[in-house]
Amino acid sequence: MGLLKSLPKEISDPLVENNPIATQVLGICSALAVTVMLKQAIVMSLAVIFVTAGSNVILSFMRKGLPSRIRIIVEMCVIASLVILVDQVLRAYLFELSKQLSVFVGLIITNCIVLGRAEAYALGNPPLPSLLDGIGNGLGYTLVLCIVAALREILGSGKLLGMEVIPQAAYAMGYENMGLMVLPPGAFILLGLYIWAVNSLRGKPGE
Amino acid sequence: MMAEHLGLAISSIFINNILLAYFLGMCTFLACSKKIETAMGLGVAVIFVLGIVTPANWVVYNYLLKKGALVWISPNFAELDLSFLNLITFIAIIAAMVQLLEMILDKFFPALYTALGVFLPLITVNCAILGCSLFMVERSYTFIESVNFGISSGIGWALAIVALASIRTKLRYSHVPEGLRGLGITFIVTGLMAIGFMGFAGINL
Repeated sequence: MGLLKSLPKEISDPLVENNPIATQVLGICSALAVTVMLKQAIVMSLAVIFVTAGSNVILSFMRKGLPSRIRIIVEMCVIASLVILVDQVLRAYLFELSKQLSVFVGLIITNCIVLGRAEAYALGNPPLPSLLDGIGNGLGYTLVLCIVAALREILGSGKLLGMEVIPQAAYAMGYENMGLMVLPPGAFILLGLYIWAVNSLRGKPGE
Repeated sequence: MMAEHLGLAISSIFINNILLAYFLGMCTFLACSKKIETAMGLGVAVIFVLGIVTPANWVVYNYLLKKGALVWISPNFAELDLSFLNLITFIAIIAAMVQLLEMILDKFFPALYTALGVFLPLITVNCAILGCSLFMVERSYTFIESVNFGISSGIGWALAIVALASIRTKLRYSHVPEGLRGLGITFIVTGLMAIGFMGFAGINL
């Protein structure tokens, strides 16, 4: 916790206390879809950090001249352009991975974290804090995504980042991979349990 | 022909349910599933919008964005590939179509408008809508298939949200562990529902 205290509030706050996925209920769609393997989850998280931070900074620069009636459209355009950038870079350098992520990179546009942070923070604050806020929320998303993905990969296929982690001896003794974890229902149940664990640790009941 | 379309419809409603198998539209799904009436309204609105937007995006993609799609203007454009613009175009079309739909409903079907009114703007940022358009491109559907896919995905989504809303109204009277209340238990219920829907996967079409 000492390390957390030394970080700026904009970054530390969304990591645990105000985590976008576990407490603000933003950006669930992609959180579940790309967590079958840790590698996909990491790439997806980097993309989201980049888009959130970038759109926060750009919109924060524009905040004074932006009429509020057209702000949603402008926000959408900024976000969509950044996502296209990410998509093209992924296609150029990590083609296999971008095929696996399929439509979910494009769906960062409708990821509520990005629009939510732009609306709630960037439009009312100067660029530098907005940048930190974007990175912080991206990291909060990364944290949950990586935990869920790591658990799903270990339990579902006995691997982590493609390497075997469950010893062969365990299989010989009758251990079996949990097929459920690889399938969609596993993601729902695991995320539910994760939220339960976080709520209990923080000593706060749900609704 | 008919059998293929029936197959596509059943597969997008039950087997590859856009919500329970692809996790699209989760945010609205979690936020608006506390009451059955709200869930029903939202479900109908999603069916409506998906049925219109998916074919609209099909037309735009196939006649403007796809590689060589601009040949109908001039043969010189045969090499032109604008498909990198698809994300921004799709989202703009979704926003415009929803706005248009809202105006048309307001003018000609005021009763329907008052019922759906609140939900329509929400739908613009629903990932299910954009997701369907992107799947339509990825799986290269024909026009009729894209109409079918849009509507049946919408029905699948509506089915899931109404089912969850009914379960959540029952949940209010059950004894849930403290930390699990609210979001946690909703996820677990959704997970169980997804397992139920996976039962359809055995159907051979």
